[in-house]
Amino acid sequence: MKAFLHGLLRHPSGRIGAAIVLVYIIVALLAQAGLTPYDPLKQFRIERLQGPTFAHWMGTDMFGRDVLSRLMIGIGQSFMVAFSSVGLAAAIGTLLGLTAAWFGHLWDGLVMRCMDVLLAFPAILLALLFIAVVGPGTFTSILAIAFVYTPIFTRVVRGPALSIKTRDFVDAARSFGSSSTYILTRHLLLNLVAPLTVQVTLALAWSLLTESGLSFLGLGTQPPNSSLGLMLADSVNLMEMAPWLLVFPAIAVMLGILGFNLLGDALRDILDPRMRRVVA
Amino acid sequence: MNYLIRRLVTFPLVMFGVSVLVFVAIRLVPGDSITAMLGTEAGLLTPEQRQSLAVYFGLDQGWFSQYWRWIGGVFSGNLGVSVTYGKPVLTVILERFPLTLELAVLAMLIALGVGLPLGVFAATRNEKRSDLAVRIFAMIGQSTPSFVIGLLIIYVLSAGFGILPSMGEFVPFSQDPLGNLSQLILPAMTLGLSFTASVTRISRSAVLDVLGDDYVRTARSKGAPKARVIWRHALPNALIPVVTLSGVEFGYLLGGAVLVEQIFALPGLGRLVLDAILQRDYALVQGSVLFVALNFMVVNLLVDLTYVLLDPRIRLGGRS
Repeated sequence: MKAFLHGLLRHPSGRIGAAIVLVYIIVALLAQAGLTPYDPLKQFRIERLQGPTFAHWMGTDMFGRDVLSRLMIGIGQSFMVAFSSVGLAAAIGTLLGLTAAWFGHLWDGLVMRCMDVLLAFPAILLALLFIAVVGPGTFTSILAIAFVYTPIFTRVVRGPALSIKTRDFVDAARSFGSSSTYILTRHLLLNLVAPLTVQVTLALAWSLLTESGLSFLGLGTQPPNSSLGLMLADSVNLMEMAPWLLVFPAIAVMLGILGFNLLGDALRDILDPRMRRVVA
Repeated sequence: MNYLIRRLVTFPLVMFGVSVLVFVAIRLVPGDSITAMLGTEAGLLTPEQRQSLAVYFGLDQGWFSQYWRWIGGVFSGNLGVSVTYGKPVLTVILERFPLTLELAVLAMLIALGVGLPLGVFAATRNEKRSDLAVRIFAMIGQSTPSFVIGLLIIYVLSAGFGILPSMGEFVPFSQDPLGNLSQLILPAMTLGLSFTASVTRISRSAVLDVLGDDYVRTARSKGAPKARVIWRHALPNALIPVVTLSGVEFGYLLGGAVLVEQIFALPGLGRLVLDAILQRDYALVQGSVLFVALNFMVVNLLVDLTYVLLDPRIRLGGRS
């Protein structure tokens, strides 16, 4: 673990990515704890559509709400959606991928063909279809994004799991009388931590992207709550008059995704399964 | 089994799964479709009228026979009638498709035209400053959602130059090529930018991969000029990942770039699906989603066929 962290910090993009992600997580936590400069819903009516000032670092929006406070809440919201959806997708995908590889036969065929079907849709379309069924909202967008990414995790897990399954140490464990659950969690899952970590990080970047898109379309987080996509949607008609409404959330979305992408790239370099030997 | 044959056999199976998923998804939407179709007017229906509408749309039958009725229609090109447009679903889709197709082609031309040379350039300048600059550009391009790029482009043009992108009625290329291009160039650039970023990244790493290979060293040691080594020897072998990526991205774009179409107010396929979902026009959602998925799958199949052309080893079943 220590060596891993050391490697990460020595990797240039790992360092930058980790720093960005860390800052975002701190901002998100501060926002969740209510430690924003102002109440994000409070309307300073006389200060509507003000540019950045000392009182409001990122200006105010059309209702006179503080943009910085709303941005912090928005980052918290977007991160909450990203982490929950990717966590859910990783959990379900891992379970499906592991069991598909382990039990094989009919179950494997069934799971993988279902995943093929899900992968036959462009991601955003599948999310839209899901939202059409369940209705818009924050919770729905978590489920929709998880639904879209589950097949990817299933594939990422199944491939390596299939090859690990045939290795000697698994046979040995089986002949000792270890249960399937024990082998699956102890031997297979543990060896899949590296590819999963990389995939989770990259999926977080994608998830932030999808969340902001869904909210931008009005299908994700609903007002008066704040999310980065929603803030961007609000800026559309005001961008000439109040460019700060566009610029700050745009930079926030971009940097957040960049952070996870950089981190994911670095992790892939460090944990690349092709370079790492499988350890029992 | 031969890879290609297996691919062709599973294609209809997956397509069947897709149609079932779309069909079931629409039926899981809360509320009955007659109310959704007529809105508040549904309250004025007598039970007899409601019953006869249900019979007319086949809603009185079980899901199984409804599915057969629908899928039978799909094969004869009948996807039902869109309530919002009062036209056959297929007609509505085909009206929107040219724009989406053109946009996707333009974006891909931009991506390959800029991204491929940029990636190759960066690979030959490995670890130098220019390589780093290209990589930073690509990383930022890849991390910016296309709708954010679109918004920023619109802002810069309108605030800086007082130009507003031409929106509204779509002008087909055949009618007014210039008008058509001026309408599509900004959205195409928007979509092209993140596409370019991924093409740059993938072609850089693919070229770097093969530059260390024996045959490249052989070509170099024979005294072949550097440019020839790269374009003639290295690039063709580095193309497979580029083809995969471009194919997948192109497939996505054919599904309609919902967000970018929304920003530039373009009547493409993506917005059609979005509007259909928002309007609860179920026949249209069902038809257009199926159409998009079919597109996406056909493009992916073509990508796989292109592999076989590029890499004869796959034909022998070396790839599992």
